[in-house]
Amino acid sequence: MTDPAPHFRYRRHPDQAASQPPRHKVIVVGGGPVGLAVAVDLVQQGIPAVLLDEDDTVSTGSRSICWAKRTLEIFDRLGCAERMVARGVTWNLGKVFYGEKLLYEFNLLPEGGHRFPAFINLQQNLAEEIFVAEAETLAARGLDLRWKNRVTGVRPQGDHVEIEIETPDGPYRLRCDYLIAADGVRSTVRRALGLDFKGQVFEDRFLITDVRMHADFPTERRFWFDPTFHSGRSALLHRQADDVWRIDLQLGADADPEREREPERVIPRIRAMLGPERAFEIVWTSVYTFQCRRLDKFRHGRVIFAGDAAHQVSPFGARGGNGGVQDADNLAWKLALVLKGLAPEDLLESYDAERIPAADENIMHSTHATDFMTPKNPVSAAFHHAALTLAERHPFARSLVNSGRLSRPATLDGSPLNTGDRDRFATTMRPGSPALDAPITRPDGGKSWLLRELQQGFTALYFGDDDETLVRLAPLAQGPVPVALRRIGRGALGDPSGAARERYDAEPGTLYLLRPDQHVAARWRKPDRDAIRRALDHALERTD
Amino acid sequence: MSQLHPENRIGDPDTFYAELIELHRGLNDEQARLVDARLILLLANEVGDLGVLRQAMAAARQGI
Repeated sequence: MTDPAPHFRYRRHPDQAASQPPRHKVIVVGGGPVGLAVAVDLVQQGIPAVLLDEDDTVSTGSRSICWAKRTLEIFDRLGCAERMVARGVTWNLGKVFYGEKLLYEFNLLPEGGHRFPAFINLQQNLAEEIFVAEAETLAARGLDLRWKNRVTGVRPQGDHVEIEIETPDGPYRLRCDYLIAADGVRSTVRRALGLDFKGQVFEDRFLITDVRMHADFPTERRFWFDPTFHSGRSALLHRQADDVWRIDLQLGADADPEREREPERVIPRIRAMLGPERAFEIVWTSVYTFQCRRLDKFRHGRVIFAGDAAHQVSPFGARGGNGGVQDADNLAWKLALVLKGLAPEDLLESYDAERIPAADENIMHSTHATDFMTPKNPVSAAFHHAALTLAERHPFARSLVNSGRLSRPATLDGSPLNTGDRDRFATTMRPGSPALDAPITRPDGGKSWLLRELQQGFTALYFGDDDETLVRLAPLAQGPVPVALRRIGRGALGDPSGAARERYDAEPGTLYLLRPDQHVAARWRKPDRDAIRRALDHALERTD
Repeated sequence: MSQLHPENRIGDPDTFYAELIELHRGLNDEQARLVDARLILLLANEVGDLGVLRQAMAAARQGI
């Protein structure tokens, strides 16, 4: 039934026989989604990267399963979202029950005209399989995947980092300009540098299990508070690819993690949930507690942390994997421009300035959800029950019931790279927001999507037909950091549904400057080449 | 920003007070706590303004 996990071949690299440690521009530690995203992005932007993974296969057990719309847009820029969507299950709807009663449901993508759904569910190992296949196609362009390369030591030097690596053929050393630590929550790199990773520990234990079964339950996120099949606790049921379902059951702080993992304990709990007739097979089980914590800063000189190595959240809300991929998206273009000498090293500081608030937002939501789900004292238990018992008859109380607020893309408010609005726009999108997608047509009439039509690098997205403006803007495409012009208007990209104009509150003449990670850097009602150049310099931390 | 009202706004304060106490009659501590929690949530929604709610929470905690 289950395809065996793929094995990626360890190959002895000539570097391992070098007398002096060979030097590379970037080494990424960790072949999970975050490390793969950084490495693939860098190579696509012309910076070769070495990716080291201690194993020779995809992740085992079940980790991230929910990939958010924004993550899919990032994966699409990297070339693998369509395969993931095809392989995964699409969902937009969440339902929250109290006992047997449906309290409320939420649609995470209530409007049409979006290429990607609010979420797909795809087991992390399957997502990684697709991602590795994409990465392997980039070998000739400088993506050097090295499996069974386990980092054992990290020594930051003045102008480089030296690392020690253990392989089946013994140890060797490498040097790099930058080391990206995407090696997960138990990050070896973080430990090697002795960095604090502190935050809140939650005592409640949860049983997480993936089961394989044939069921015609709808493809939606179902969450129960105090269900009859698991009295006094919470439960989650969520579909994944290949007839695998995620079940997450709250066990309480006193549960014995060893005993609760035993099949004779697990099976009756699942049977109570699914009904006595349902045939199922347990794929994977774990009993876990969780923490919400992060590093004080993510960049430590030439060592930069991303994903779970930098920050950790609870699973409710799908904020771990999706937050990590947004780290990668944020980091890769900055690092590429710094390494090409087109932006000062200061640009890397903005990674902290932008991603630490994003991590804090994820930690805040995760902590709020956890505080609601697992009351810590009689008072918080009273408010928990008060909200749940009021919710049926008093709709306002449903908004207090928190089963995990699902991952939303970070808006980089307050980023030093943003140029604030001087013109008025009636949109929730603003400088710092990820650009919104919209259905558009190509000049040849073919259907496409706005984000798909953006190029690598910076883009000036211009709404209008004025030829003189176009001539004035044309030189922007010629600089050392070119700004590609994309136009929505006559003879260019079409917006037949009007969704692009509406989502961008665009009038003739409106121009958005988008960063390589598709976040809005600045926008104007009347584009002015010098203003665009200043905003570009600002987004690159280039001082006059 | 709206401020907490320093003066009484309840039409018949003595009756309100008596009914508030009466509301809890015959309840054990856990039940009384649940009733209070529901009441706080209902009233908080009536107030609606987070700024005012914060002032009320701070005032409630004052001196303790």
